[in-house]
Amino acid sequence: MALLETHGLTAFYRDFQALFGVDLSLEAGETIAIVGANGAGKSTLMRSISGVLRNGADQILFEGRPIGALTAPDVMSLGIAMVPEGRKLFPSLSVEENLLIGRYGRATKGPWSLETIYRMFPVLKERRNTPGTALSGGQQQMVAIGRALMSNPRVLLCDELSLGLAPIIIRDIYAAFPAIRDSGASIVIVEQDIGQAMKVADRLYCMMEGRVTLSGRPAELSREAIHAAYFGAHA
Amino acid sequence: MSWADTILQGVLLGGLYALFAAGLSLVFGIMRLVNLAHGDLIVLAAYLILVLVSGLGLHPFLAVLIAMPLMFGIGWLLQAYVLNRTLGPDILPPLLVTFGLSVVLQNGLLQAYSADSRRIPSGSLETASVALGPFNVGVMPMLTFASAVAVILILNRVLYGTELGRAFRATSDDAVTAGLMGIRPNRTFAVATGIAMAIVAIAAVFLGTRANFDPTIGPARLIYAFEAVIMGGLGSLWGTLAGGVVLGVAQTIGGAVNPEWQILAGHIAFVLVLLVRPRGFFPRAVD
Repeated sequence: MALLETHGLTAFYRDFQALFGVDLSLEAGETIAIVGANGAGKSTLMRSISGVLRNGADQILFEGRPIGALTAPDVMSLGIAMVPEGRKLFPSLSVEENLLIGRYGRATKGPWSLETIYRMFPVLKERRNTPGTALSGGQQQMVAIGRALMSNPRVLLCDELSLGLAPIIIRDIYAAFPAIRDSGASIVIVEQDIGQAMKVADRLYCMMEGRVTLSGRPAELSREAIHAAYFGAHA
Repeated sequence: MSWADTILQGVLLGGLYALFAAGLSLVFGIMRLVNLAHGDLIVLAAYLILVLVSGLGLHPFLAVLIAMPLMFGIGWLLQAYVLNRTLGPDILPPLLVTFGLSVVLQNGLLQAYSADSRRIPSGSLETASVALGPFNVGVMPMLTFASAVAVILILNRVLYGTELGRAFRATSDDAVTAGLMGIRPNRTFAVATGIAMAIVAIAAVFLGTRANFDPTIGPARLIYAFEAVIMGGLGSLWGTLAGGVVLGVAQTIGGAVNPEWQILAGHIAFVLVLLVRPRGFFPRAVD
């Protein structure tokens, strides 16, 4: 049984349908990447899994348990933590407070704590007392990742980590992922950058217009097939 | 020297206004909710303490310890079952609902306790005073001011030094992202209003022992509270104390010049402060 699955997941913003029956699965210990152009439904998928958007209960299963209709705090307390698109640090909280708030709804013992996160991102320790939003974009992304890890999640959802960051910073951020994997968390990465996604993921899902158009192991997918699934240009 | 004395009395009166305003400031800071029934809830708490004092023969300061958890409960229920439903992008529903609540409270209290003005008896404390250098200072005004400082110290400790305070600030910043941290905004709001109402109970004991009150005086207390919060700068609790002190000093100076000018002088000071500093003394950097 997969750790996290979606079955025919549909999502709506009022009358607008954003997802049309998405099926995906995440095994324990696995890292999957979801790629696609703007408007493909990647972020909607993340918002659905994390409980920001409510869906049919049976459309999302966590360890076989229906969680599609749960609220965000309920989903989070099960061990599904999210690094939201645009980082979304709390401006009135310091760096350290932003990290501490990550364990508000789930203070589980595990590999991640303030010390281990400061060891992974030493620059955050230096700036622990500055407001979170006074940091550079890359440092803010580190805080957002650390904040999600503070709850020692079983599933880490990362929405558009590379958005608005310089390539060299993106490389630094992704350098942290082997350590996160080794800590036992399963990871879902949403990316527009296909190259980056293929490097870190065990499996890749490509989305277009609210549907999964291609999936498989990066080594088995040709560049052309991904290109077609990404842009809809049929070769 | 009599001017110095007047100013000192005004500063101490400012403590009472800061107590009126602290709960209002907390609730506005966290959920951007303006509670128009705040003054009437102070009066409700004053009647609650009066009942405890006259019915059970308790000392007012003992009665307030009982009234605080009761008012916390009232605030919690009010937020959880009524006010949370009014929160949203539109700011009008909470204003209308709390305005309605204000009318209901005033008329309910009139029905229950008549329009007679009442006072919470506090025995010898009513007239006790101590000599501070050249001044004679009432014990009750000093206790009022000390309570205001203590309330604001504790509130700041809660807001900036506890997990609950982090949750308050995070929810105020961004309720959706707070949900991703496992924070339930509606529950957080209920606790915040509960705390505000516990502070209202403290304000009520000083309101009720200091002077007479009747069911209709709530709206004027709301205005003093508003003026203190706005002068201090929205979201700053120490600013609220400063605003309360400015209001208190202006009122006592106005009253010393001519007793008819007491209330007016407070409002004029408010307008002057707004003219010079439209965002108050200590506006929050993040807004």
